Amino acid sequence: MIEIKDLHKSYQMGINSLHVLKGINFNVNEGELVSIMGSSGSGKSTLLNILGMLDEADSGSYFLDNIPIKNLNEKIAARYRNKFLGFIFQSFNLINYKNALDNVAMPLYYQGIKRKERTDKALHYLEKVGLADWATHLPNELSGGQKQRVAIARALASEPKVLLADEPTGALDTKTSYEVMDLIQGINDEGKTILIVTHEEDIAHMTKRIVNLKDGLIIDDGIVEQVRANSYV
Amino acid sequence: MFNIERWQEIFETIRKNKLRTFLTGLSVASGIFILVILLGVGQGMQNGIAEEFEGDASNSIWVWTRPTSVEYKGMNPGRFFSMTNEDFDFIHKTNEDVIEYESSRVRIWNATISYKKESGSYRIEGVFPGFQFIENQSMVSGRFINQNDIDEKGKIVTLGRKVKEALFKNGEDPIGKYVKLNDIPFKVVGVYTDKGGEREEEQVSIPSTTAQQVFNRGQNINNLSYTLKPEKDFETAVAKSEEFVASITRYLKNKHVIAPTDDRAIGIGNSLEQAKRFYSLIFMIKAFFWWVGVCTIIAGVVGVSNIMLIIVKERTKEIGIRKAIGALPSSIIGMILHEAIFVTAIAGFTGLIFGLILLEIVGPMVKTDFISNPSVNFNIAITTVFILIIAGALAGFFPAWRAAKIKPIVALRDE
Repeated sequence: MIEIKDLHKSYQMGINSLHVLKGINFNVNEGELVSIMGSSGSGKSTLLNILGMLDEADSGSYFLDNIPIKNLNEKIAARYRNKFLGFIFQSFNLINYKNALDNVAMPLYYQGIKRKERTDKALHYLEKVGLADWATHLPNELSGGQKQRVAIARALASEPKVLLADEPTGALDTKTSYEVMDLIQGINDEGKTILIVTHEEDIAHMTKRIVNLKDGLIIDDGIVEQVRANSYV
Repeated sequence: MFNIERWQEIFETIRKNKLRTFLTGLSVASGIFILVILLGVGQGMQNGIAEEFEGDASNSIWVWTRPTSVEYKGMNPGRFFSMTNEDFDFIHKTNEDVIEYESSRVRIWNATISYKKESGSYRIEGVFPGFQFIENQSMVSGRFINQNDIDEKGKIVTLGRKVKEALFKNGEDPIGKYVKLNDIPFKVVGVYTDKGGEREEEQVSIPSTTAQQVFNRGQNINNLSYTLKPEKDFETAVAKSEEFVASITRYLKNKHVIAPTDDRAIGIGNSLEQAKRFYSLIFMIKAFFWWVGVCTIIAGVVGVSNIMLIIVKERTKEIGIRKAIGALPSSIIGMILHEAIFVTAIAGFTGLIFGLILLEIVGPMVKTDFISNPSVNFNIAITTVFILIIAGALAGFFPAWRAAKIKPIVALRDE
């Protein structure tokens, strides 16, 4: 599903150049649940941003579902993001003047789907994350865990090939974190490919594979025994 | 523009962000409102001044004589002279093609006019039929002096409204009655009013020829009055009247042996020249109001731009989110512009309508000499609304464009 070869990225910090990714080689197959770990500054968020087409690599190749992701202009990047990717952020990034349902329906708006169908689909995904009763609530009327679940529903709504989660539990307490992970595991069970960036060991062990980054290089990449989140709840 | 989904999205955004929308709208609406009021007052001033001028026909010319001031051909300065019927006839003959109405005037100051027991001291004007039009007198009853009266030197008189009121106390109809002008009976044939003011109604008119005969003026006249034929535009009219004035001055100076350099001997009043000054005053006033109006519009545009900048700044994160979930840059720009244009258009027309309503209600109540019937050219008002809408769109475009270019990763970065 994802093929990355020799990916390099550096940032210009004044006169100094900061080499963040120093040649990443990395494949993800369909249906995998991968966590990317590393201390802050290891380059894990940069990697995720490149995977998410929010940022572009300096060199190296990136194939998503056998499509080369290269020299994207804004327009194509936007279309690919909309078609292929679903984002889950640490700070949820919901639009605060839209209710849960409208937030979930938004990627569908940009797919050009009619209002009626949009609402039906959005409601379906809200049901899936267990928030159908909260459809008309604004984000600030929801708890952190609920917000993240709305965000997950939104990420799912566009039926993407890959879900990218940047510290999805970073702003949540342990119990809520496990609930969210339980949901993510459930989605993965249905066959969705999911990448999670995290620095929490316990969260990482709830995935099926852990990739360890350090100073811009993969130092460790292995399959792990998945811990089911519902065993904690 | 006619994408129903887009409209729903815009309406939702507007409904959820009432304060922001209100502030944008307020600056636009007040800008247009002030402009409409200013233009209205400007127009009102123009109307007011125009009305002040309606008193006399606005292209009239008066000629009178004064003692000479320059020694010429052996004659001392300070010499009195008088125009005669011959002058009047000559000017008539030589300028027939430009003159519309003409009248010589023989003036008798402070004549005693009496009817039965009532009497008073008034001015008598010995005039020609054209005088009625030159002075813009309108007949309340009866008729004015006609050519027949001139030819026959008829002892008839038309009374100013004030004179009639003073002499004919209890509503008696003066037509056909005889009044005495310095003890000479004249038959009243008409009563007139004059918008030029009460002073012009405190006089009576008799045929010029009669005045010369009855009051021993010989061939002398005090005064010449003319109005000129209307021209196709104001500038031509002014040029023609100046030419006319120059020609009669030349003739009179030559005829009465007056130095060409003597500027005092012949007095000339040219209302067109005055009108020209007033028109340029009106022009200045209008220009001033336009200037203030344009400044108001600029202030409005700056206000709208400011608010648009703040809105876009405030929405940076939202834009980042929208882009992350697949919004095209063009749809971001479209969204912001669409909203900006919609809000400025609604607000602009609201301001316009309120301004027009205020002018409509308050306008007729304003009763000063210099403002009358303030109103505004609807086309101009509409045009300014569109200018403001376009300006709002432009003002919104650049921040929107910049926002659409922000990478979502930058917009989404936690502060």
